[in-house]
Amino acid sequence: MLFPALLTLSLAAPQDAIDYARDVAPLFEARCVECHGAEKRKAGLRLDSGAAVLAGSDHGEVAVVVPGDLDGSLLWELVTSDDEDERMPPEGAALSADELDVLRRWIVDGARVPAAAPDAAPTHWAWTPPVRPAVPAVGDGWARGDVDRFVLARMQAQGLAPAPEADRATLLRRLSLDLTGLPPTLAELDAFLADAAPGAYERQVERLLASDAYAEHMARAWLDLARYADTNGYEKDERRSMWRWRDWVIEAYARDLGYDAFTVEQLAGDLLPDATLEQRIATGFHRNTMVNAEGGVDPEEYRVAAVVDRVDTTGAVWLGTTLGCARCHSHKYDPISQREYFRVFAYFNSTKDVGPSDQPRLEAPRAQDVAALAARASEVAALEAELATWTPALEAELAALAPAAPRWRVLAATEAASRDGATLTKLADGSVLVAGESPERDALTLAFAPDADGAQQLRIEVLPDDAHPRRGPGRAGNGNFVLSELRAFLVDEAGARTPLALADARADYEQPGWPAAGVVDGDAATGWAVDGGIGRAHQWVARLAVPLPADVPARLELELDEAYGGRHTIGRLRVSLSNDAPSGAALLPPDVEDLLARREGLADAERETLRAWFRGQAAALAPARERLAALRALPGPPTTLVMEELPAPRATHVLERGSFLAPGEEVACGVPAVMGPLPDDAPANRLGFARWLVSGAHPLTARVEVNRLWAQLFGRGLVTTEQDFGTQGATPTHPALLDWLAVEFVERGWSTKALLRELVTSATYRQDSRVSADALARDPANVWLARGARYRVDAEVVRDTALALSGLLDRTVGGPSVFPPQVPGIWRQTYSDDRWSNSDGGDRFRRGLYTFWRRTAPYPTFVAFDAPSREVVCTRRSRSNTPLQALALLNDPAYVELAVGLAARALREGPQGDRARLAWAFRLCTARAADAAELDVLAALLDGERAHFAADPDAAAALVRVPFELDRGGADDAELAAWTLTANVLLNLAETVTRS
Amino acid sequence: MDAPLPQRPSRRDVLGGFAAASLGSLLAGRAFGEGGASLARGPHFPAKAKHVIWLHMAGSPSQLDLFDEKPKLRDFDRKPIPPEFVAGERFAFIEGTPKVLASPYAFARHGECGANLSELLPHTAAIADKLTIVRSMVTDQFNHTPAQIFLNTGSPVLGRPSVGAWLSYGLGSECDDLPAFVVMLSGAKGPSGGTSLWGSGFLPTVHQGVRLRGDGDPVLYLSNPPGVDDACRRRSLDALRALNERRLADVGDPEIETRIAQYDLSLRMQASVPALADLASESQETLDLYGVTPGESGFARNALLARRLVERGVRHVHLYHWGWDSHGTSPGDDLMTSLPQRCLETDRASAALVTDLERRGLLDETIVVWGGEFGRTPMNEARNGSTYLGRDHHPHAFSIWLAGGGFRPGLQYGATDELGYFVVEDPLPVHDLHATLLHQLGIDHEKLTYFFQGRDFRLTDVAGKVVTELLA
Repeated sequence: MLFPALLTLSLAAPQDAIDYARDVAPLFEARCVECHGAEKRKAGLRLDSGAAVLAGSDHGEVAVVVPGDLDGSLLWELVTSDDEDERMPPEGAALSADELDVLRRWIVDGARVPAAAPDAAPTHWAWTPPVRPAVPAVGDGWARGDVDRFVLARMQAQGLAPAPEADRATLLRRLSLDLTGLPPTLAELDAFLADAAPGAYERQVERLLASDAYAEHMARAWLDLARYADTNGYEKDERRSMWRWRDWVIEAYARDLGYDAFTVEQLAGDLLPDATLEQRIATGFHRNTMVNAEGGVDPEEYRVAAVVDRVDTTGAVWLGTTLGCARCHSHKYDPISQREYFRVFAYFNSTKDVGPSDQPRLEAPRAQDVAALAARASEVAALEAELATWTPALEAELAALAPAAPRWRVLAATEAASRDGATLTKLADGSVLVAGESPERDALTLAFAPDADGAQQLRIEVLPDDAHPRRGPGRAGNGNFVLSELRAFLVDEAGARTPLALADARADYEQPGWPAAGVVDGDAATGWAVDGGIGRAHQWVARLAVPLPADVPARLELELDEAYGGRHTIGRLRVSLSNDAPSGAALLPPDVEDLLARREGLADAERETLRAWFRGQAAALAPARERLAALRALPGPPTTLVMEELPAPRATHVLERGSFLAPGEEVACGVPAVMGPLPDDAPANRLGFARWLVSGAHPLTARVEVNRLWAQLFGRGLVTTEQDFGTQGATPTHPALLDWLAVEFVERGWSTKALLRELVTSATYRQDSRVSADALARDPANVWLARGARYRVDAEVVRDTALALSGLLDRTVGGPSVFPPQVPGIWRQTYSDDRWSNSDGGDRFRRGLYTFWRRTAPYPTFVAFDAPSREVVCTRRSRSNTPLQALALLNDPAYVELAVGLAARALREGPQGDRARLAWAFRLCTARAADAAELDVLAALLDGERAHFAADPDAAAALVRVPFELDRGGADDAELAAWTLTANVLLNLAETVTRS
Repeated sequence: MDAPLPQRPSRRDVLGGFAAASLGSLLAGRAFGEGGASLARGPHFPAKAKHVIWLHMAGSPSQLDLFDEKPKLRDFDRKPIPPEFVAGERFAFIEGTPKVLASPYAFARHGECGANLSELLPHTAAIADKLTIVRSMVTDQFNHTPAQIFLNTGSPVLGRPSVGAWLSYGLGSECDDLPAFVVMLSGAKGPSGGTSLWGSGFLPTVHQGVRLRGDGDPVLYLSNPPGVDDACRRRSLDALRALNERRLADVGDPEIETRIAQYDLSLRMQASVPALADLASESQETLDLYGVTPGESGFARNALLARRLVERGVRHVHLYHWGWDSHGTSPGDDLMTSLPQRCLETDRASAALVTDLERRGLLDETIVVWGGEFGRTPMNEARNGSTYLGRDHHPHAFSIWLAGGGFRPGLQYGATDELGYFVVEDPLPVHDLHATLLHQLGIDHEKLTYFFQGRDFRLTDVAGKVVTELLA
């Protein structure tokens, strides 16, 4: 609503030409822009610049002014309408005759507006690099530093005055929750309260900034921006190993890695000269994208989807810009063209990762494991060398080996047939090669020429061949086969067949579960297979239950069943008979047996084959072999996904309407012009892009980050749209302060700790958060910072707080993600069979940021407290307040067991006497002393529950039963149960889950 | 412009009197002020319907074996499909030139409307005159997750609010002790899209679907811990309230007042949700109508609970039943064993829901939607030479039905070509379905918007039109 009395328009004299800037713009400004300006844009129309007026409404779709055509101009129609419901402006008086005259003449004259020079500096505040603003002179009474002077100036302009400083207990709790995500311990509290020396508060700040918990807490917030998760997302949502990247973030905050290096290493650490392992791990930031392994997906479609996500995330996290709007069409509000979008896209379009593959993946040992892993590697190398060395002692041991092999006669096949269409070929060595069609299952029939040398044993050799996967000897994809059954027959002159009984089947090698005996047991479900011995020759030998006499010609036929399926058929085989009796010695591989028998005069290659086999047998080398096997069985270093550049960049095209199926013009990488030029020496790759972000001259990078850190402490940003500093984003509430902080941040080496130190030591930060109804009414959202901030803590902090108060918190930093208690069935709704299994020991009680994060089924109490799914970037969590949160804190077994823990701790560590113990527990949870009335409430509750549980010991036992050891200070179940319900109330206090 | 930061209740909302505040209004975001949203909540004009029950057959049933008979398929049965149908097509699993597969099931005409339906759906066939059968649905996604997300949120990209969340945001709830948007799952697994299917996207999280579970607590953490009875809980909450009120008096933070109210409401839910889930008040005749066996979870029970939910004023109920992904790789997902089994699990209860709503006078104000996220191919998939009959994913044509809420009963809408491959008459894109549903609920789909990341978003993206031909 505007008041005509306030209008001071200098209307043009009738005879003057109309000047837009002088005559028309002030009119729009006074009468129209409140609704048709940058903020509301009603009907998609802005009347706050000449270009916008001519562009028209619905964001430029409908013209409202047609130059020279008064009757065709919608704007004229509406401002002159007789219909009160239609006439503009809808509130206040209709435009005066003079005002109408200005508009009429302006339109009739051609609606000229000042031309915007094409290279004019951008006018939107966020595209001009921040310049150190003058600090307001507001006197030194309240202000502790320049932050306060900026805040006080704005506060005074609103007619507000700062709140008094919060008491020390509140301050320490606030500081601890803000900097570490954990409440202070009673010892920390007492130490601070007792510290009368100057600088006591600053000492607490330093203590907290130096703690591991600080680094964990800062990292936890970064994980939302990085959309970090432990699974791939989409339908299958399988596990991935990314925790080394998460730990890199923790370590980066711990050593206060400058935000410039923090940025460069995450976006382009792999491209740094002589990139270290840690710098390569850092690039996992952009491998946190989702991966779709669903059937039939086009890998290119999802590769492009990942690149799109990287561009959008980079825009939200570093540029505070909704770049994604420019993907399908040039940005409607911000000066970013679709072509510029794809030039940024080009930076991220040349990495090696494609589709569902998890490559490139890096082995990333932790620093503390490097020495042990190196020692292990050198021991492995030494053992391998030992096993590869041929010594006289081994030569002697080999020479002493008696050839135990029977004398075999190879039977030449006269007929060979495959039931399911494989092609059988007789080879010169008497073997049969199976090739051609590769049926799922098969049955072979082999017939042989008459033999009259007698036989006590039958042998099947399966032989490797280049024709088969991994050289066979089987035809399955892994080179294996299953010989399910074998039947032997004697065929007489008339063709009548007599079965030959086979016994004592053995083999030189049996895959576990697939023994040689399975071939002659009449059961097609059992059989002989050789996985673990792929690519080598093997033999299967059976004794003839009734030996064939010599001198009687015998015609043999064999039937081999291969019923397993999956093409598990033999690829090459040879059949032999021996008239020697079985020796009882272990069978050797047939090729070795042959070499041992020939021993002398072997070719070099044959000798090496024999020696290689013998090194695997020799007793002298057994310790080395066993040690090597044990070392190789140890888990390797963790892996993590990283970015890796293709040797030659992939061509990038503008994708029409954003579709990967419609590539258009090819573009080279480059940055949006409105955000300033690349540094002169910037390479044309991700590294150049990252250096552009942190050159110090960038208009957005520092502003966006300091705003986010501000929001982390004060509950809302100076720009409340953390991800959008563009024209559609919120205007900063304290623009000068934002710029001052951005300049300071860069000048102090992008030090996060320095910036946080500046903020938390300010008088602004230290204000009491109590609020009167009047103050609340004047500034409900605390925009003007005339009191301390107050908000419910984040999901992980809710759990971490309860863990800390219960005394159960495990302070281990880093490592693989853990599985705190979760009610059954949460993962059942997902599309895979993966199961959640609660962690034991300390991992049950780790900080929330270590909780295994499954994108399709995140930890349910985190979801209840507004944690995102981490499918895409999240720059701000909402802060809801729902009955589901009440149910979770009251009833989730994971929280109930922490109430039991807190109760046991109170009984164990608290002072004697109910009221003293209750006061102790209350102070533990809230950092402040309970008053008498509060203690009365708690004491009454405790007394009531004590009586209740004393009368119902079964209920008490049920409540306090926990699956871990707990020192309850000697209390019985009823006592512990009464304290558990009291502790449950304390953990549910609004105060306990609120940072105030 | 102040930011779209609607997390905090305004003083006005808080002082509006929490004693009388309803859970529905809280869950539906009425406590969240009007800040941030564009001017956009409904209703924009008088509504025909108040509730939606969406029976989502996750995995996507074969329209060719249930709703859309194609005698011509018999001419080509087990022969290569004419190439003009598949040139340039991409399939999830089919490789090479696929072979046509005729339906192994018989169809017959039912009701006065003469709807031609498969023998697998006898109960649905019996209420054919109450249904609006659409044989011309089209989507542009052919994998489960993106297609389900598209059907539920109007976009294949994760992160948008689902239909139920939009309705919760736009219309709130009419119920004071249940959420506005309730989700139930049945079958061996959940839908592949996971919780995103009922997420609130960028809307405040109070609008996300609340899952009523079939086993364990109907709502997560609804039950008191072991050893804690209701009197015990009452004593705890009294103490909690007393302490929170003292704190509120000291610091004046309205958020504490909200939290006090939420604890009271959680207690009410502890009564209302089990009462909802307790079917003892249902007659044996009703249980039989749905095919509910007391004590057993599953689709039939969920369908009955859906009626009980809308009876209590819940705005949107979304059921997912897993197991329609009939690829034919084994009897577990084929047309001869698995498909009839899914029909047995859902046919009776789906029809019963319509019948039951109607006889209770609720059908006029409740829209029931039945269908999958896409269709299935007219060709046999034969993955890896499988001999079980099955069909691959097919985005170009599928069938759904609607009932109640002002949709035209007995209408047969749309048609496909003689092989059932493409829609040849009245295609119904997902956005048009959404626009029409919203219309019946009194919402102009172009006006229900939310400002996020630089622009106004809506369920129908930049498309959608109200298809009045579907309406009575």
